[in-house]
Amino acid sequence: MKRLFWITTLILVLSTLTVATVSAQGSTPTDDEVNAIAKQMYCPVCENTPLDVCPTTACKEWREEIRGMLADGKSEAEIKQHFADYYGARVLAEPPRTGLNWLLYVLPPIAIVAGVFVLFRALRAWSQASTSSPQRATGAGADEDEAAPSSDDEYIARMEEELRKRD
Amino acid sequence: MLADFGFGVLIVTFVVALYSVIAAIIGERKQSAQMVESARRAQLLTFPLLSLAAGVLIYLLVNNHFDVSFVYEVTSRSMPTYLKVTAWWGGQAGSLLFWAWLLSAFTSAVTLRKWERDREFLPWVIVVSSITLAFFLSLNIFFNENPFARFYQTIDGVQAYDFRPVGGIPITPQDGQGLNPLLRHPGMIIHPPMLYLGFVSFVIPFAFAIAALVTGRTDDRWTRITRRWTLWAWLFLSLGLVLGGRWAYDVLGWGGYWGWDPVEIAAFMPWLTGTAFLHSVMIQEHKGMLKQWNMILIILTYSLVIFGTFLTRSGVLSSVHAFAQSAIGPMFFGFIGVTFITSIALLIWRWPELKSETEMKSMISREAFFLLNNLLFLSVLVVCFVGVIYPLASELFTGQKVTVGPPYYERANGPIFGAMMALMGIAPLSAWGKSTALTLGRALWKPTIPALFIPMLAYLAGYRQVVALIGFFLVAFVVSVTLYDTFRSARARQRAQKENFFTALARLAGRNRRRYGGYIIHISMMLMAIGILGIEIFQTETQGTLAQGESLQLAGYTVEYEEVATWPDEGAGVQYTRAVVDVSKDGEYIGQLYPRIDFYFDSQQTMTIPGQRSTLQDDLYILLVDWQPVSSVGATFKIYHNPLVNWLWVGSLVFITGMLFAAWPDKDPSLRPVRVNKRAAEPSAAD
Repeated sequence: MKRLFWITTLILVLSTLTVATVSAQGSTPTDDEVNAIAKQMYCPVCENTPLDVCPTTACKEWREEIRGMLADGKSEAEIKQHFADYYGARVLAEPPRTGLNWLLYVLPPIAIVAGVFVLFRALRAWSQASTSSPQRATGAGADEDEAAPSSDDEYIARMEEELRKRD
Repeated sequence: MLADFGFGVLIVTFVVALYSVIAAIIGERKQSAQMVESARRAQLLTFPLLSLAAGVLIYLLVNNHFDVSFVYEVTSRSMPTYLKVTAWWGGQAGSLLFWAWLLSAFTSAVTLRKWERDREFLPWVIVVSSITLAFFLSLNIFFNENPFARFYQTIDGVQAYDFRPVGGIPITPQDGQGLNPLLRHPGMIIHPPMLYLGFVSFVIPFAFAIAALVTGRTDDRWTRITRRWTLWAWLFLSLGLVLGGRWAYDVLGWGGYWGWDPVEIAAFMPWLTGTAFLHSVMIQEHKGMLKQWNMILIILTYSLVIFGTFLTRSGVLSSVHAFAQSAIGPMFFGFIGVTFITSIALLIWRWPELKSETEMKSMISREAFFLLNNLLFLSVLVVCFVGVIYPLASELFTGQKVTVGPPYYERANGPIFGAMMALMGIAPLSAWGKSTALTLGRALWKPTIPALFIPMLAYLAGYRQVVALIGFFLVAFVVSVTLYDTFRSARARQRAQKENFFTALARLAGRNRRRYGGYIIHISMMLMAIGILGIEIFQTETQGTLAQGESLQLAGYTVEYEEVATWPDEGAGVQYTRAVVDVSKDGEYIGQLYPRIDFYFDSQQTMTIPGQRSTLQDDLYILLVDWQPVSSVGATFKIYHNPLVNWLWVGSLVFITGMLFAAWPDKDPSLRPVRVNKRAAEPSAAD
């Protein structure tokens, strides 16, 4: 019974997909459909201008090429791959995750995690040092340190104290 | 002739700058006050000299001296005079001279200050600033970036030369190429000066930092002297970034203000370290901690300033090979390397003397939060640096060019920005020194509750994206905490001094300008965040080709195409193509908009000017993409709906107010030393 349910679902899903593709093939893709893909691409000539807003003739032709491919029923991934194969990875908004390109995706997180680790270690070392040697802690900077406010009232008391000192 | 004179002045200035470096070093070594004074005078002389050179260049620009190649490249007869003047920084050679001129203005201003209390800094401040100045002048003089080079006809054809070559015949073209139309926008006229002002003014705190390292004066004197310089530098750099964003929004025609373009990031990176420095320097002043770290930050900021100029000026961004071919690329690279290594070596030498005077007491104290803030700014820096450098590395090592675009930066920086906002809310309520989770929790719960209502309201208003709701909560949280803390302090003062609440508030803020200026800036950042969240998350767009009378719908707006007309303006050298569209919202007519395409004859370039309707709620931004003059097909329009984007500009204005509040010089100069003494003797806990 359960199996029958899953098979029916699968067939239904597949049939909707087919219908969707057929209807996409039937009509000319709109500018919005073209731009949705062009937005994620860059032409090799106009540096740093996304393809969907680039006013040059070359970019206009590329957009028409995307329209043609959409009309042929190509998927977004296929279209991007096609352009990348012809003109190189630079047409994509991000380098593909292969080979050396992994560095781009891996280096910043490693550096940031290392930074967090170093900061955490340093803070812990500092706060332990100050708790283990209370005399040192109350030494040099003691006169500057105010006791932590345990409530609003204490905070305000401190403020008032400060104001009296200033005026 | 005049051009040769200008070039001569540049050479003289270069020699004077070098002299001031050498004289300052000798004077310091031999303890000769006279020699140091001579160095100081030499440095002061660079400003009038460079002003003279700049005056000559402006004269040539305004009077159509197209025999000078720089004038030929950036101006044309049809340009109005004010644009010919601003063309000074519209091209490479001129902008390098502009940089040098601003730098000499700033260094002159700083050497004019009273030096009684810190005379030992003077020679080294002169050395650092004059070396930087000499470096920029050397690019103008020795590396083919001479703004005074003229055209000569030789057997090799027509080329620009510094001096008349043997047998060369001077050539004067009839008209110039004209300034790139994108650079003719008011935003682009003010944006570079602001950015450069920010860049050069960061040289001053760096010069003092190096002076402190060399002389071994490792107290916080250098940070106190340069506090205002740093604030002004940061103000200019921030304004430069904001104006650049406004310019991009108005003239680039892609419906956005920031595209994570390497040129933008080049200016953004020193801003990140500069902001981290502004924060962490406060801990040094309060607690005598983080001295080594502040040195690292200011050295990084200076290096990134030079690196940013290098990125945008050497052609390295378009191709690594262009960099190798350009004359100034390797020179820049060498300069950055030498200054960075020297600074770091000095820092290592003084490292033990820069030890903290106090210890960190708690992991949730304000000091700890400041450090976390620094970590977040540097994390964004790492993301940006790797993103900018990677395409160059890829081209160099694999020969494959790649693009690192907005998806990379947004994915990586989004969460970090969120964490920064959370910290901006928590940190002001944490205490210096000892602090526990309990005390922090007690301080925080009251302002948190009203902040929770904002995402709820946003949800009810139909904003359902989780990221946006988190963003709106954080905005409300920061604003709520900031107002709550200000209110609480003003109330305390009101009670203690028996003053009226508003008098208490005004006096409190007036006496702690840096703290409350900082608060205004925090709130302004949150207003900007509303605009950024709006455009990043809720922007929608549509495009379509319309015949007359047809319309496009987007976000409740209906845009109906009326007509398009084309006409030339011979005097201005522009052909205008302007469309007229009727706009209605929810069926109600609200007016006409006029998206345009301008074609510039001299430079053969087009510029797309959007038709914009701006309210605090949203922006309707219409671009004329294409049009068919004769056929009945009509015109193609692209329409963006950018909700909340104008809060970005509102926030910018509030930001400027906060900066001026924090950085404005004291009204009564006679009060200053007294205050400084008082502060030095009795560090306050209030800011």
